[in-house]
Amino acid sequence: MAIKLKEVDVVLVGMGWTGGILAKELSEAGLKVVGLERGAMRTTAEDFSVPRIRDDLRFGSRNDLMQNPAVDTLTIRNNPKQDALPMRRLGSFLPGQGVGGAGSHWNGITWRWSDNELKVRTLYEEKYGKKFIPDDMTIQDWGISYAELEPYYEKFERTAGVSGKAGNIKGVVQKGGNRFEAPRANEYALPPLKSTQAGLMFAEAAEKAGYNPFPRPVANASQAYTNPDGAKFGACQYCGFCERFGCESNAKGSPHFTVIPIAMRNPNFELRTNMWVTRVNKDSTGKKVTGVTYINTLNGEEFEQPAGMVVLTAYAINNVHLMLLSQIGQPYDPVSQKGLVGKNYCYQTGAGATLFFDNHHFNPFMSTGGSNFGIDDFHANWDFDRAKHGYIGGATVGGGMTNGRPITYRPVPGGTPQWGTAWKAATAKWYNSAMSIGSSGSVMANRYNYYDLDPTYKNAFGQPMMRMTFDYKENEHKMGKHVAQVINDLAKSMNPVSFNPASVRTSWTVVPYQSTHNTGGTIMGASPGNSVVNKYLQSWDCHNLFIMGANVFPHNAAYNPTGPVGALAYWAADAIKNRYVKNPGMLV
Amino acid sequence: MKDDGINRREFLKGAVAGSAVATTAAVGLTSAPAEAQQKPAAPANPGYSFLSLDEAAFVEAVVDHMVPADQYSPKGTDLGINIFIDRALGGGWGKGDRMYMQGPWKQGHPNQGYQLPLRPAELYRAGIAATNAYCKKTYSKSFDQLPAEQKQEVLVGLQGNKIKFDSGLPANTFFSQMYQTVMEGMFADPIYGGNRNKAGWKMIGFPGVVAVHAQNIEKFRDKKFTAEPLSISDLS
Ligand SMILES: Cc1cc2nc3c(=O)[nH]c(=O)nc-3n(C[C@H](O)[C@H](O)[C@H](O)COP(=O)(O)OP(=O)(O)OC[C@H]3O[C@@H](n4cnc5c(N)ncnc54)[C@H](O)[C@@H]3O)c2cc1C
Repeated sequence: MAIKLKEVDVVLVGMGWTGGILAKELSEAGLKVVGLERGAMRTTAEDFSVPRIRDDLRFGSRNDLMQNPAVDTLTIRNNPKQDALPMRRLGSFLPGQGVGGAGSHWNGITWRWSDNELKVRTLYEEKYGKKFIPDDMTIQDWGISYAELEPYYEKFERTAGVSGKAGNIKGVVQKGGNRFEAPRANEYALPPLKSTQAGLMFAEAAEKAGYNPFPRPVANASQAYTNPDGAKFGACQYCGFCERFGCESNAKGSPHFTVIPIAMRNPNFELRTNMWVTRVNKDSTGKKVTGVTYINTLNGEEFEQPAGMVVLTAYAINNVHLMLLSQIGQPYDPVSQKGLVGKNYCYQTGAGATLFFDNHHFNPFMSTGGSNFGIDDFHANWDFDRAKHGYIGGATVGGGMTNGRPITYRPVPGGTPQWGTAWKAATAKWYNSAMSIGSSGSVMANRYNYYDLDPTYKNAFGQPMMRMTFDYKENEHKMGKHVAQVINDLAKSMNPVSFNPASVRTSWTVVPYQSTHNTGGTIMGASPGNSVVNKYLQSWDCHNLFIMGANVFPHNAAYNPTGPVGALAYWAADAIKNRYVKNPGMLV
Repeated sequence: MKDDGINRREFLKGAVAGSAVATTAAVGLTSAPAEAQQKPAAPANPGYSFLSLDEAAFVEAVVDHMVPADQYSPKGTDLGINIFIDRALGGGWGKGDRMYMQGPWKQGHPNQGYQLPLRPAELYRAGIAATNAYCKKTYSKSFDQLPAEQKQEVLVGLQGNKIKFDSGLPANTFFSQMYQTVMEGMFADPIYGGNRNKAGWKMIGFPGVVAVHAQNIEKFRDKKFTAEPLSISDLS
């Protein structure tokens, strides 16, 4: 029997970016908040100090900071006809675990998703006609506008210390920034990072081709910085151990040294680590949640934490899993297309080329999470004519590397032997003389890409695993082909000795790592008929349940997700503080 | 030690099965020369904790074949790649500490990733035994006794799944795990026993774990940056 604890105002499930933001905001508003985190405590001094953190084997290859699949993983398949099988080791994506969540070991690239995404169906129908959107493409407007989110984007960028160059301030295009970005009220928190040689060469080629290169915005502090809450950032050292690693100098914006410790100084907030939430509990009417049940992973003891309000902040995949396990809302069924929980799971696609030069030095080990140039001409650029290519969405393209860590970064021309002296000769020759051009592509929601509970496999707590059914569809194939062509043309124009060309990803595979940009499953929208949460991320079924995270995105753009994840968390926190607490009930 | 591999192994096997006296002699056989012991540097072969004698011979042969001594680096065993592999297999990774290992077991589609009911150390063990059995059947010798050309033939055959093991173990799954560990042993931090003297890093010009490049990023833009690489131990 679970031990029943004293009721609190709010319980947060997970302490990463969204949990940290809610912990700080709601405890400051005077609410008694408990944060439950399944992983351990993490601090910069104890966990991320040099030289220990610069261990490529432990953190880069063995994923020591991430979720352990021995305890919980997902089953995966490409389509509903297949048997789903467990992702037995981490691969395609790397969910975080421990205080700070994936926010402590992300790269930090931070974008503002604009009305192009938030009003996707309306805008495409207006411009290209209703027939342009295939029947099985279940995209929908998000029920919120960029104008509403703008101040919250700024708030998140300032909290996380984003370095960048504005491309559009209040409608005026700014030189050097991304001219296609949605209008901003103000400049970025910090000036852009210094570019790498690869970034500069890419920018030059892109400009020659008529595109509009700009330094990618990233939460790596280009100089020492104190955020509006007083959290101190060191300056980024271009160490090349960013993604998958914690930052020893707090130069990478992370909740573990910003919002979370600030919340912890507030007596209204209590953090409990090593606590695994297994379900959200409902009352007999099913219209309200009553708290959560969790297990102390240090001794197996089970607890029930009653709460006036539950906020799911457990990352995009786990939030949906908890909804399915707790039987809140109707699970989605792709055949009848009834039910909403699990609907519109999306991922991202990509293509990349590696270029080999005999007259350049790239020093790939001098890298950050994003000190490279990108172009948005085929993504945020609404004037880019999709009709010609027959696809919806688009891709960002960027030049340069994020690291030169040699367990995995050893570029050699295609056809090079994989061992022996010839391999060594090529590896030694090209390590410093190669650069890459990569891309990240959107994935539009599709009827057959979804989550539900697996009928066979169980996690360490005896609960059904999450089952992920996903593959790229025709829309992504067309986009991938087009962007591969763009990349290969750019590569040729740079006159390398040779290059390994980009090619389209036709099918999703669980190896190797691609990105931890999983979206959808508890999507947001304007009505309970087409969404799980409203524009304030409030459950339509239970008004005292809020669901943060990229799981509320009805589709996936080419951009990394955490900009809107953070902005929506601040936006929802404001609605809870200013409206919900005074008058609990549906906010819409 | 390499040249008399078979004899040494046979001797040691006899020693284990035999008397305490023989065991003592065996220890004497494997220990490094006196002057090497006085050096603080790691001994050439600090001993195996996981690999059996046949397995060690196999791994030594693989790493020396894949990473031969040449102008780029010393050979695999001189880099300690065999030791890296031994420690990786004997440790948590080898035991699948971060793998979901519950059935039912199905092979599925390659997109679904690794699906064998074997932990990394078990896969290694089964793969070595199967490869040696194949080599004995085909060439009448174990892998480590083959000339370079035939070793190459076997490795290519494993990689391309052209070799079929009677047991049904997929050859290329074994190969790709083995290949991964050879690369890790060459390029991981030396604290794990491989990449001895940071030779893997020196070969390519990776400066290691100290990386304070805020000043260098512009200074060395499009210029070669050279520095004596630093490892975790160097800074601890
Ligand atoms: C290697 C890597 C690189 C990335 N790079 C970028 C990037 O450049 N740009 C970008 O925008 N995004 C990036 N991301 C994604 C980014 O980290 C996430 O979008 C962001 O952290 C999401 O915030 P969150 O609060 O939803 O989840 P998280 O920050 O992951 O926090 C979730 C927390 O909940 C905990 N939890 C989960 N389940 C339970 C449970 N049942 N009970 C208790 N606790 C639970 C987890 O342990 C975790 O600590 C990257 C991610 C990774 C892994």
